Amino acid sequence: MTAERLPPPSQAIGPRAWMRRNLFSSVLSSLVTIVLAVVIAVFALAFANWALNEARWGVVTENLRLFLIGRYPFDEAWRVWLSLVMLSVLTGLSAGAWSGGAIRTLASWLAAGQALLAGLAAISGMGPTVVIALLVNTGLVWHAFALSLRVAIPGRPLAIAWILSLPLSAVLLQGTGGGLLPLVSTNEWGGLLLTFVLAIVGIALSFPFGVLLALGRRSDLPAIRLLSTAYIEIVRGVPLVTILFMASIMLPLFLPGEIRIDRVLRALGGITLFSAAYVAENVRGGLQAIPQGQIEASNAIGLNVLQRNLYVVLPQALRAVIPANVGLFISLLKDTTLVAIVGLLELLGIGRAVLAQPQWFGAQMEVYVFIAIVFFILCYTMSQASYRLEAQLGVGKR
Amino acid sequence: MNDAQPGPNHSQGDRSDIIVCRDVHKWFGQLHVLRGIDLTVKSGEVIVIFGPSGSGKSTFIRTINRLEEHQRGDIIVDGIELTNDIRNIAAIRSEIGMVFQSFNLFPHLTALQNVTLGPIKVRRWSRQKADLKAMELLERVGIPEQAHKHPAQLSGGQQQRVAIARALAMQPKIMLFDEPTSALDPEMINEVLEVMRELAMSGMTMLCVSHEMGFARAVADRMVFIDAGVIVEEGPPAQIFNAPRQDRTKEFLSQILH
Repeated sequence: MTAERLPPPSQAIGPRAWMRRNLFSSVLSSLVTIVLAVVIAVFALAFANWALNEARWGVVTENLRLFLIGRYPFDEAWRVWLSLVMLSVLTGLSAGAWSGGAIRTLASWLAAGQALLAGLAAISGMGPTVVIALLVNTGLVWHAFALSLRVAIPGRPLAIAWILSLPLSAVLLQGTGGGLLPLVSTNEWGGLLLTFVLAIVGIALSFPFGVLLALGRRSDLPAIRLLSTAYIEIVRGVPLVTILFMASIMLPLFLPGEIRIDRVLRALGGITLFSAAYVAENVRGGLQAIPQGQIEASNAIGLNVLQRNLYVVLPQALRAVIPANVGLFISLLKDTTLVAIVGLLELLGIGRAVLAQPQWFGAQMEVYVFIAIVFFILCYTMSQASYRLEAQLGVGKR
Repeated sequence: MNDAQPGPNHSQGDRSDIIVCRDVHKWFGQLHVLRGIDLTVKSGEVIVIFGPSGSGKSTFIRTINRLEEHQRGDIIVDGIELTNDIRNIAAIRSEIGMVFQSFNLFPHLTALQNVTLGPIKVRRWSRQKADLKAMELLERVGIPEQAHKHPAQLSGGQQQRVAIARALAMQPKIMLFDEPTSALDPEMINEVLEVMRELAMSGMTMLCVSHEMGFARAVADRMVFIDAGVIVEEGPPAQIFNAPRQDRTKEFLSQILH
């Protein structure tokens, strides 16, 4: 006798049933639902009323250039847009070359973000050049992506291009002096540009440094182990603000007078060194999760220590700590606002500077809402990309 | 105590002696786990090592490729003495393949990549050559169609066969098996033993820690009974099964053979 095969019971429910089950399941639950709905509605209406009728958004639109690039000379701003071109093309190409959702998510947000900025620039009357440059960039992301789907882009040159793009952008932005690329001191960098520089370079440098520290902390060589551990513990025991102060005020006191390290570079060093200690601790957690059998199997097939770490241990350890590391990088992005205390005007610092202008006195709300939205978009992009990356690498379902 | 032939005691050993162990001792802290093991293995020999759990048999074969360090005595593999010299360790490891009880496949790599990792990174083969060789090996262990799956998608028996292919890919002269079937579901044991049997027939030198007595009887040239860190008895399977000389061997066999 064969057992009867039945289809599984239907799981779908209509919106009405959903509401009854989740919002109005009992008297108390209905009461809570209604009270919360009223509270939310009151706040939302008040905010909408303020945003649409009272807010002086002029503080944002009229100062948009400051918010975007700080006091970077407007005649030289093409160098910023050109760096963005590099970023757009590389991201677009990578989205196709390294299949999977994470980079595609980044690419679509990069395209959408630049389109959004183009719109904002158009409203603000920043001139057609900026608007066109940003729109062209948006298009470039998509074109590069489309190209990379048609033509197989080899991974290694692309990785090298990414690595080269950092120093190249630095030279482009700072200039070499001379006619074509006059020097633009980093003192004049500001706004979103500076936030981006600090965050991207901070992440790109602190990640490999942190991985090395984590490996060092588990090294068989006592001296390396001791140094790594001491570094991690000391840095984690000090607030970032202190490190930034030390880097920017104390360091020049110790160095001989003729050696002057650029202010942005000092802040960047502080952020990188600080963040690396936290990366190291995250990665150490991942390293500890690797079973001893993996090490033995690597030894048994004859891999040396370097090969074992590169091909067996780190690939497994790093994918296990993606969520923790992305969380760390999101806070790094937000911590870049702390450089304001050493006199650098990143997005938040520029916001304060703008508010110091007499005609925008009292427009704090507008400025801070704008800055909050920008940061939210950036952080949300990162967390979405990380979810895609986790799904792609199969984290949690080995 | 050790009534087998003492083994040639000259320094390098016979040409055909591929592994020579003399008076091997090992302590884990205060615990004396290997208490003077003497064993000489000839090229092409298949040896099954058995004994109660905790007797040191796994520790012993792990000293042969230096997954465990021995603290006294000599181990000479294919003329190379195992010392702390890292070049000797690398040279010996490249001659020895090892299969573990818990497979220890690399979970982030496909079956094929598991097999090719060693040849590409250690032997510096091209990817094409390594892939070709790896597919041959996967065919030999009977699972070429699983080449592009990850270990988590394979059954235990299939994983262990990939592990055997991975060890063979380094073209070892010696294969060590550390209880290769004891983590497997009963219906998968045979597919692994079959591969091992085929390997033994091909002339591979094999040291297997195993309690698969049917396999031992059919394939082993010599069986070694280890208890409490010493070799209690060794001899061909017929003698061990039919006429064990030591009471302890007799007792242990009666426990596992019911």
